[in-house]
Amino acid sequence: MKSLKYLVPVVVFVVLAGFLFVGLFLNPREVPSQLIGKPAPSFELEELRQPAERFATADMLGKPAVLNVWATWCAGCRQEHPFLMQLARSGAVPLYGMNYRDERPKALDWLRRLGDPYVNVGYDPDGMASLDWGVYGSPETFLMDPQGTVVYKHLGPLGPEVWQTEFLPRIATMQGVAQ
Amino acid sequence: MRQLAIVLLAAMLAFGAGSLQADSILAMNPEETFETEEQLRRYEKMINDLRCVVCQNQSVAESNVDLARDLRRITRDMILAGRTDAEIKQFMTDRYGDFVLYNPPLKPITYLLWGAPVILLLLGAVVMVSVVGRRSGESGDDAEGMGENT
Repeated sequence: MKSLKYLVPVVVFVVLAGFLFVGLFLNPREVPSQLIGKPAPSFELEELRQPAERFATADMLGKPAVLNVWATWCAGCRQEHPFLMQLARSGAVPLYGMNYRDERPKALDWLRRLGDPYVNVGYDPDGMASLDWGVYGSPETFLMDPQGTVVYKHLGPLGPEVWQTEFLPRIATMQGVAQ
Repeated sequence: MRQLAIVLLAAMLAFGAGSLQADSILAMNPEETFETEEQLRRYEKMINDLRCVVCQNQSVAESNVDLARDLRRITRDMILAGRTDAEIKQFMTDRYGDFVLYNPPLKPITYLLWGAPVILLLLGAVVMVSVVGRRSGESGDDAEGMGENT
């Protein structure tokens, strides 16, 4: 009994150290999305590039679709842009955009200089549509199934690794179900 | 002396786990015009109870980021529109989850969170009782020594 007592601090230390060690690799900025498994919130926004036209949630239905929330002031968006261009060229899924708390001339200039990967872009200068999607830090990228259910959300720049491990398997499942 | 230290430690564990209430820092906003004192009071309480999800160590009341500003405006508009506090909280958690609430609701996933202070207090009590019990049970070199000094 007496010898076991000396183990108590050791056990407490090991357990605490274990929790802290795991904590080192968690991203505290990542707030779990409330939308997963729920219908995509509806919006109807001006199209960024054609102000006379509207772009609505309903326009993304029918196929697996990706909605990317971006802004010209966002460094991560700049970082992921080449990958988005690559994704658009591959034609794997339609890529839609939501321009978040931005200014139209700057956004158009960005697309002119860096390339335009989007089928449609909603223009959301006051961030009210994005707020319904629970957006709190750009870039954020949502994956929706053909019925418009949000299946996955990625926070931060999108890259090949995340695309391979998180998006592609889910898209494959959707296409398997559809066939 | 050791007993005192153990009691203090138990108390610290129990109460340190609770949250420290931040002072109400009223974000200056000329738009904040309410019809009644009651509405203003509800507004201030609400924005202090909401976490800014962008700058996570600040409340919506304290933060200056665009999102917090918009959430303050939405809170104000909802209060003026006659919505209840529960409806406003529902609006926020529908978008950002329980994470947005500094005062998370009691439900299975938060049982440990809410129970931790009680568990730690009981743990402290168990340790204290066992130590005190053992010491008083000892025939007493310690007790005699202390007795002679007083």
